[in-house]
Amino acid sequence: MAQKPFENDRENLKAKKFMMWLFLVSSFIYFAGLTSGFIVYTAEDPSRGINTILPDVFKYSTGVIILSSLTMHLAYLAGKKLQFRMQNLYLLITAVLGLFFFVFQFQGWGLLFNRGVVFSGNPNASQSFIYVFIASHLLHIAVGMILLLRAVRLKFSRIDPVRNTFRLEITSIFWHFIDILWIYLYVFLLLNQ
Amino acid sequence: MASTAIQHTLEHSGHSHDDHGHHHETFLTKYVFSQDHKMIAKQFLITGIIMAVIGMLLSILFRIQLGWPDQSFPLLETFLGKWAEGGRIKPDFYLALVTIHGTIMVFFVLTAGLSGTFSNLLIPLQLGARDMASPFVNMLSFWFFFTACVIMMASFFVESGPASAGWTIYPPLSALPQAISGSAAGMTLWLISMVFFIASSLMGALNYISTVLNMRTKGMDMWKMPLTIWAFFLTAILGVLSFPVLVSGVVLLIFDRSFGTSFYLSELVVQGQVLPQQGGSPILFQHLFWFLGHPEVYIVIMPAMGIASEVMATNSRKPIFGYHAMVYSLIGISVLSFIVWGHHMFVTGMNPFLGGVFMITTLIIAVPSAVKTFNWLATIWRGNIRFTPAMLFAIGLVSFFISGGLTGIFLGNAALDIPLHDSYFVVAHFHLVMGSAAICGMLCGVYHWFPKMFGRMMDEKLGYLHFWFTFIGAYLVFFPMHFMGLDGVPRRYYAFTEFEFMKEWLTVNTFVSWAAIIAAIGQIAFLWNFFHSIFYGKKAVQNPWESSTLEWTTPVEHLHGNWPGEIPTVYRWPYDYSKPGHTTDFIPQTTPFSQTMSSNLPHDFEGNPEAERIQIEWQKKQQAEAEQGV
Ligand code: HEM
Ligand SMILES: [Cu+2]
Repeated sequence: MAQKPFENDRENLKAKKFMMWLFLVSSFIYFAGLTSGFIVYTAEDPSRGINTILPDVFKYSTGVIILSSLTMHLAYLAGKKLQFRMQNLYLLITAVLGLFFFVFQFQGWGLLFNRGVVFSGNPNASQSFIYVFIASHLLHIAVGMILLLRAVRLKFSRIDPVRNTFRLEITSIFWHFIDILWIYLYVFLLLNQ
Repeated sequence: MASTAIQHTLEHSGHSHDDHGHHHETFLTKYVFSQDHKMIAKQFLITGIIMAVIGMLLSILFRIQLGWPDQSFPLLETFLGKWAEGGRIKPDFYLALVTIHGTIMVFFVLTAGLSGTFSNLLIPLQLGARDMASPFVNMLSFWFFFTACVIMMASFFVESGPASAGWTIYPPLSALPQAISGSAAGMTLWLISMVFFIASSLMGALNYISTVLNMRTKGMDMWKMPLTIWAFFLTAILGVLSFPVLVSGVVLLIFDRSFGTSFYLSELVVQGQVLPQQGGSPILFQHLFWFLGHPEVYIVIMPAMGIASEVMATNSRKPIFGYHAMVYSLIGISVLSFIVWGHHMFVTGMNPFLGGVFMITTLIIAVPSAVKTFNWLATIWRGNIRFTPAMLFAIGLVSFFISGGLTGIFLGNAALDIPLHDSYFVVAHFHLVMGSAAICGMLCGVYHWFPKMFGRMMDEKLGYLHFWFTFIGAYLVFFPMHFMGLDGVPRRYYAFTEFEFMKEWLTVNTFVSWAAIIAAIGQIAFLWNFFHSIFYGKKAVQNPWESSTLEWTTPVEHLHGNWPGEIPTVYRWPYDYSKPGHTTDFIPQTTPFSQTMSSNLPHDFEGNPEAERIQIEWQKKQQAEAEQGV
């Protein structure tokens, strides 16, 4: 056997990582579709639009998610240096920050709702769009949290450093992406408020 | 949904480390939850064929209604129950039939059945890879597709019937259960099914792109890839860029249907009742839908084009004419297909100036399409043609693509489209250019690569029979529809008995229905041939078509990892057929130039002066020897 079929898995890591990038592209297109939808919809009639000032909690959530990107990167660096305890710690901090993000977003919804900017039964669907943006993004955050928890290592003795780094890389690519995605959505909403 | 993809990429990479070398294959891992791309390809193909048969039977049902609108067929009531009371199909059910027929054919057969089968089979085999980038995601892709099929078919068993707002599911019709019975549970199932379907095609597409870009064997640079691979690659890119937009459209529709929002709904009165939804924009849905919808039609045709190019070069024993032009025209079509969607909306109240822009882009797309057509014709021109069944279907594709593409130019004209829109002219256009052409491409691929998939040959005689039934049948069915459309006969009407001017088309409809039934019967030749040959066909040799591409260097018996030893290296482009000076009329991609000194040409060595020098020296020596010999 000159070359065992199929065992060039190491090589394939690159191809698999590439699939993650492609997934980010498709996910971004989904949001581009939504935001273009918003623009087309809003442009049709002057009475449409967000017509309200976004609550301040969204600033906090933005801060939290940026901070979590930082801790994600620290986790990645720790993993690369084989400091698995630190890796776990930073991953968990990132996940907790993700939880805070959830909380802030829900608070934001609550504030909007109280102002009468509601999701359903709203004749100005531009406002309903806010909920769709945020909910779709939160779905990504939820997936990101699962990835984070999967990257936490329990048995240090059985860690394959290459695979561990790969997993961290995948997780951090995704996490940074959803961070940037939120900034995109937030800026988009700010510009249209 | 697509996020599961990532998760499982991880999972696979996490576990595959342990299952090195020893594969304990059970029935379940070999035939059901297989991660081998060749098996997954077969799964896609057979599921696709079953869906195609179902789609075809649905079309026969509504053709019966259109051909004999006044007649009662008690048999129908036996099978369909309340949907055909008194032996006559009900109007609501007629619309459901048309809708599900369109959905099945466009998405399940010509997208998943076509790309799923041949991208999976050929990308690793023609590029020299052991498997896909992520075999696990690949397997998941098939099972999502399968689930989508099951859910779609399940909608026939709900009380209110399957979705019936057309394959384009325009709201408000699709959004309001009060509007039509199919928009109740049936539409919900349609949407769920499509979410699974889109997840499946995205997972497939991510794999195809990544494999093409990262896992080619040594020597296989992009410009040595067969046109099939170029086509699958660009198709996958179209999918990644357009399907997510359909998701966003569908998500908003789901909210409108079930959560009381009004993205698409406004000022509606149904059965005397004023609905609460206000301020929505139905045009918004059409933009989101057709931004996918138009690329989707190219997602359907491009793999078929790639397959036909490959088969035509092989069976004309000639290099493909204009390889680079073929690639660039595919790229051109891919890019342009994103900026023409408005041609489906010329008469929906879109700004007419915008219509003018879309008209221009639409007409430009005819240019790369024409380039491809002329290149195919030039490829078979004075070729040493072998009329295998695959070759016939490839030629059939070209024929249908021409006759259907020409009418596209009429439709693409914003002014001409005013009378033609939503008439049978459109039905004729897309059934020729998409339906018939792409089905020909798919069948062409099945006949050509059947020996690679199953290790046996299909029967040629039955193949010829099948071809002529299909080819003539399709023209007889769809050609008359042009004239109906020009006369103003609208599509999606249940019967043409109510309007005086349409009555004269009744006989034509009867004729078309007969042609459809006969063409459908002709498909039995294929089904028999296909399933019988899997078990009892003649054993195939390794390279039955004397083709030069890489997949024919693998052993007939399938094995995990495709090549028993090292993956072969590639030295030349895939179309060295009938090269002057060579002993055989094809040179495999794996043959180095040093073994073909008598046929090498100067441009084979562009950019490599050393090789060029050796070649010239060799030629001088040959010449000197020849002169001495005289
Ligand atoms: C020469 C290039 C083509 C042009 C200029 C063209 C133009 C058009 C136009 C303007 C329409 C809209 C007609 C209407 O609804 O009033 C149309 C419909 C359609 N075309 Fe084409 N087309 C071309 C090629 C193709 C190809 C290659 C395919 C598929 C492989 C295709 C598939 C379709 C389909 C499926 C529809 C109907 C969609 C529906 O309303 O259900 N076309 N085409
Ligand atoms: Cu189109």
